[in-house]
Amino acid sequence: MTEAAALRVAIVQTKPDKGEYRANLRSAGEAFAQLAAEPPNLVVLPEASMTGYFLEGAVYELAVTAQAFARDLAATWREASGGQTADLVAGFFENDNGTYYNSAAYVHVEPRDERIVHVHRKMFLPTYGVFDEERFLSRGRHLGVFETAFGRMALLVCEDACHAISATLAAVKGARVLIVPSASPGRGIEAEGELASITQWRDTLRLAAIEHGIFVIYAGLTGFEGGKGMTGSSFIVDPRGSILVQAPATEACIVRADLDLREIDRARATLPLLGDLAAVLPNLLLDPELPLPRGGP
Amino acid sequence: MTLPIVEPSAALLEPPGLNPAVTADWLVAFLRDELILRRKIPRAVIGLSGGVDSAVTAFLCARALGPENVYAIRMPYRSSNRSSLTDAALVVEATGIQCVTIDISAAVDGYLQSQPDAGARRRGNVMARTRMVVLFDQSAKFDALPIGTGNKTERLLGYFTWHADDAPPVNPIGDLFKSQVWTLARYLGVPKPLIDKAPSADLEADQTDEADLGISYVRADAILECLLQGYSDAAMIERGFKKEEIELVRRRVDSTHWKRHLPTTAMLSNTAINEFYLRPVDY
Repeated sequence: MTEAAALRVAIVQTKPDKGEYRANLRSAGEAFAQLAAEPPNLVVLPEASMTGYFLEGAVYELAVTAQAFARDLAATWREASGGQTADLVAGFFENDNGTYYNSAAYVHVEPRDERIVHVHRKMFLPTYGVFDEERFLSRGRHLGVFETAFGRMALLVCEDACHAISATLAAVKGARVLIVPSASPGRGIEAEGELASITQWRDTLRLAAIEHGIFVIYAGLTGFEGGKGMTGSSFIVDPRGSILVQAPATEACIVRADLDLREIDRARATLPLLGDLAAVLPNLLLDPELPLPRGGP
Repeated sequence: MTLPIVEPSAALLEPPGLNPAVTADWLVAFLRDELILRRKIPRAVIGLSGGVDSAVTAFLCARALGPENVYAIRMPYRSSNRSSLTDAALVVEATGIQCVTIDISAAVDGYLQSQPDAGARRRGNVMARTRMVVLFDQSAKFDALPIGTGNKTERLLGYFTWHADDAPPVNPIGDLFKSQVWTLARYLGVPKPLIDKAPSADLEADQTDEADLGISYVRADAILECLLQGYSDAAMIERGFKKEEIELVRRRVDSTHWKRHLPTTAMLSNTAINEFYLRPVDY
């Protein structure tokens, strides 16, 4: 398969009605219809895009199988776009035979069919302070990369991407585009211009992009949930660390950009840190001083 | 050659700051989402006391909902300071919000005349709870939502009447310390007399919050911030706070956790509400 050199991306920054899965799908469909005139190759929606994030026990009422979610998402896209081909990414709460995950799916949609390319189950479940995920959900335990028509990619859900090693491992495994659906309750009111937590996300993912020479697509949920405001601010950062576009914090909106994927190779030629890392990482991970289990399961 | 030494400046004993523009925008977005989008009630009622907290809340609501959709309810008691009414009027004038004045003296005295032994504290609580009753009734009258005006300092110190000042279902300033409310007030254009005057619950003659509390708000806020960040008393003393003022603040916080919760309910099942049966407020 020859990889495309250009990737037209749209982020649909949603402000879902809490728990209203069907109504939120319809709202996503309205946004998809807006995109139909200049259809993107890839549409990305945030974490918990069709339900809202803070669900507590309601997660058991709203979680769906990956297959059902892919079917719903694809049908919504097909109807809104007039049956165009596209790749869709969105976060959802997954029910896998009674085990519940905070997941994101990458779905390839054709005019008459869809295919789940990858499902990533959030590995790092924040369970401190305002967060309570592991009380209700199970951890994903695998960071997979997957092939698309636009090259190898990886998905990380929210806190997964706060750990530098997640992006590092994805990049070492060959991901050239990192997609991060997120739901980040905002805090920090002392700095100029924006909440501190928005700056922190941008700083974290800019560093990942620069270090590894990758594109990062961050899709942030927006809207207030019981006083906790999700910070939206969806953005795309290129392999040199430039922010190509960034959405406002508190409004539902669409973010669009055309990515020149050849920038990845150019950036890596200028700053070949990923190659250095790939060479040395095995030695670092085999360090007996690291607190890791040895000898396999 | 002697090299210059570069090191961090010593930690300041100051309360946390805020960027007022960022904060105001965030709180306006909060009010719009919470009232218009989620609850579908695009009108607000606010108990306008003449103090800085309710003034800031009124300014934020006027920005978020439009002044025509904000009802200020002034609720004087016969012993209330006259300046409370006139200061509240300055806010109404500056924002263009609607204003209603309802004297609570008859309602309060109607009950208290049967309670001649009620001291200042009980009388103050009856006034505060009567204001809550009026505010909620006015919210029904105007098809509007009551908006809370309690700040983080008074919530942490327990310096409020339970199920009265804290009763409104939505509060934009409850995570702001008093000193942050003052900064926000200056940015929003709250009339200067309200910012400059000594804060008072105005439940008794010549009452001031800081005399009641035994510590200034600025000092209390700095200690509260350290306390909430997990600093021990010893670490705070190292930073220059006095043992007595730390103890005063810690005692108030530790003795009022119950005021920041719903009533304690005996749990008898594995479906107990808010213990096992957990659903978010906006579900």
